[in-house]
Amino acid sequence: MAIDLPFIWAGIIAFAVLAYVILDGFDLGVGILFPFFPEKHDRDVMMNSVAPVWDGNETWLVLGGGGLMAVFPLAYATILPALYAPIIAMLLGLIFRGVAFEYRWRTKRGEFLWNWAFAGGSMLAGFSQGVALGALVQGIPVVNRAYAGAWWDWLTPFSMATGVALVIGYALLGATWLVMKTSGDLNERARRIAFRTCFATIAAMGVVSLWTPFLNPLYLDRWFGWPTAIFSFIVPALVLGCFALLFLGIRNGRDVQPFLAALALFVLGYAGIGISFYPFIVPPSVTIWDAAAPDSSLAFLLVGALVLVPIILIYTGYAYWVFRGKVNPEEGYH
Amino acid sequence: MFETFDATLLARIQFAFTVSFHIIFPAFSIGLASYLAVLEALWLWKKDQVYMDLFNFWKTIFAVAFGMGVVSGIVMSYQFGTNWSVFSDKAGPVIGPLMGYEVLTAFFLEAGFLGVMLFGLHRVGPKLHFLATGMVAFGTLISATWILAVNSWMQTPDGFGMNAAGQFIPLDWWKIVFNPSFPYRLVHMVLAAYLTTALVVGAVGAWHLLRNTAPRRSRTMFSMAMWMATIVAPIQIMAGDAHGLNTLEHQPVKVMAMEGHYESHPNGAPLILFGIPNSAEKRIDYAIEIPKLSSLILKHDLNAPLAGLDTVPDELEPPVAIVFWSFRVMVGIGFAMLGLGLWSLWCRWRGTLDSNDWLHRVAVLMGPAGFVAVLAGWVTTEVGRQPYTIYGHLLTANSISPVEAPAVAASLIAFVIVYFLVFGAGTFYILRLMKRLPRDPMPDLDDGPIRTAGITPGPATGSHHGSTHHGH
Repeated sequence: MAIDLPFIWAGIIAFAVLAYVILDGFDLGVGILFPFFPEKHDRDVMMNSVAPVWDGNETWLVLGGGGLMAVFPLAYATILPALYAPIIAMLLGLIFRGVAFEYRWRTKRGEFLWNWAFAGGSMLAGFSQGVALGALVQGIPVVNRAYAGAWWDWLTPFSMATGVALVIGYALLGATWLVMKTSGDLNERARRIAFRTCFATIAAMGVVSLWTPFLNPLYLDRWFGWPTAIFSFIVPALVLGCFALLFLGIRNGRDVQPFLAALALFVLGYAGIGISFYPFIVPPSVTIWDAAAPDSSLAFLLVGALVLVPIILIYTGYAYWVFRGKVNPEEGYH
Repeated sequence: MFETFDATLLARIQFAFTVSFHIIFPAFSIGLASYLAVLEALWLWKKDQVYMDLFNFWKTIFAVAFGMGVVSGIVMSYQFGTNWSVFSDKAGPVIGPLMGYEVLTAFFLEAGFLGVMLFGLHRVGPKLHFLATGMVAFGTLISATWILAVNSWMQTPDGFGMNAAGQFIPLDWWKIVFNPSFPYRLVHMVLAAYLTTALVVGAVGAWHLLRNTAPRRSRTMFSMAMWMATIVAPIQIMAGDAHGLNTLEHQPVKVMAMEGHYESHPNGAPLILFGIPNSAEKRIDYAIEIPKLSSLILKHDLNAPLAGLDTVPDELEPPVAIVFWSFRVMVGIGFAMLGLGLWSLWCRWRGTLDSNDWLHRVAVLMGPAGFVAVLAGWVTTEVGRQPYTIYGHLLTANSISPVEAPAVAASLIAFVIVYFLVFGAGTFYILRLMKRLPRDPMPDLDDGPIRTAGITPGPATGSHHGSTHHGH
């Protein structure tokens, strides 16, 4: 026994999913906020602020899905049938959201349609992802390498709550992104929305956090049993710290700080979920070692991941650098 | 209407529907990305504005097509899990890492540089911008390589073993990637993408030549496209022939269905040009056939014996009629492309390439032919390998998720409605973009999502025609 490949891969997949959630999170958030900005001009700027990067952001979702199939095929083969309806809804939402980026500029008469597609698709995708997350946390029964539950098991008050919570969280990411990337009146209004959604996000995180331990004795023990109960002090303390930075950043007219603080909130929330159900990948019965593909598969792809992920981060960072700074609404519509 | 279908059939229809829609976009964007890279290279090299105008014209179309490819592709990457979970669990250890490499080496590369390519010329300058275009084009080719390795492994699996859980486990990655049908399929598909794009570009050029709207630009793109068709169509026919011989070696039953050989022919098999497959009686009705030609093509010997479907148990026989017809559609279009290429060469030699209206009309007519050929080709190879998902090792019927028919039916209906709405609209917008002159400024419309903020890290381009979206 040399290297624990499933453990390393669990980390990489977790990273990919986190990268997806925070990166596409602000794209989807911008879409979710579309109804609050009825002016065409504002909507042009909002869409332009994410147009050059959304495709790269969404690619992390493909890595999360494709990577899961490669390294934890049993998890892929049980989670997706269990979450059939929310996954299909998410895909349809992402279709409408994705094509709106181009279609909206190709028609005057039909522009309102693609505004709806952008906003509705973003909301549906965000909500479905939240539902899927909630359904995964509450547990997926697996017997004989197959999903053993019923088709509507995913539909519970808890999964509805996580669905709503994620939409609120994405709206916060979108609002703080707009605070960072826009100026003038649009910036002011984004700041007001960020102010409201930051309280809503904290409330949603609180509800989900207090609910989660009571879904599964494992989670209860993780958060209240020694020594892991120490996280019950550390994580909430960090969350409150981030919340303070977020709140102060919004109130004091900072442009970048609110976005970074909102990202940190997402990272902490994500870490909280990880603390709850590690080492399970499909709670309550399948661990990362149960679900892992043979070491030859894990090793083959790991070589590529270790070389390529840093390179990807570099050129993705470069793409963000090229389009850095505020979107200038006066330029470009010649 | 769905009560009579079982979940497996519905899941197969859903996969066929979503993948058929999806393949249209890569078939176009693989070729178009390379074409854009060539146009930008010519612009940098010859400093001729016509190339940048054409680049901008096709870039906008590429953006719409690429977006449709991305969103329809994400559906594919999750559909393996929702509808084909048993297949995913069993084959994931082998094909999953290949798809993982596709994401890591191709998708991120395309997505990372697409924003710069579409919106960044002013920000990074022409040289870096060309690098971005090249990376996008390179990414589409890498993507094709990996996904065709996956498909080819499912057709001609090699380099694997089985474990106690019934999973396919990798033993030799080199054999898995370079499985017997992979090189043939890769060449055949990439050439098909190039031909498909050439026909589309040629049709748009010909359409504008007929209207005499922008002679210089239309002439340039029509001429480039016809060179492509002239050179690539014959190569493609040879590549297709080699691919067919490879299939005969590794999946002979598929070739029997393609040829319509219900019976074995011990003394040379005829080439059936046309006919109506009669699956009940197991024969081809009204067959028009050339004696012994099939043996000559497949075995290079007039009298070589060829086994027929009578040697195959009924339950392992693919649906013959579909394979028989789709194969003929593909081959017919292939030869039509060859004809167009040769005709254009003749006109070029005669100096009438820009003025022969009939050539232009036929080129317009053949604009969508590449897509039809690509779809027909994929139908041939995918239906022809039934009843297996992993040829000879895993039956389609044993690959399906433990999913109930109503769930698959509901999602199928949703996909059908959404795809026709969304991709119908996209096709409409693309056709409208094609209709506009290369430099028609599209009055009343903003020119696209333009990133506009102030800091310019690279040198600005010398010419304002180098703008990513040219102005009113």
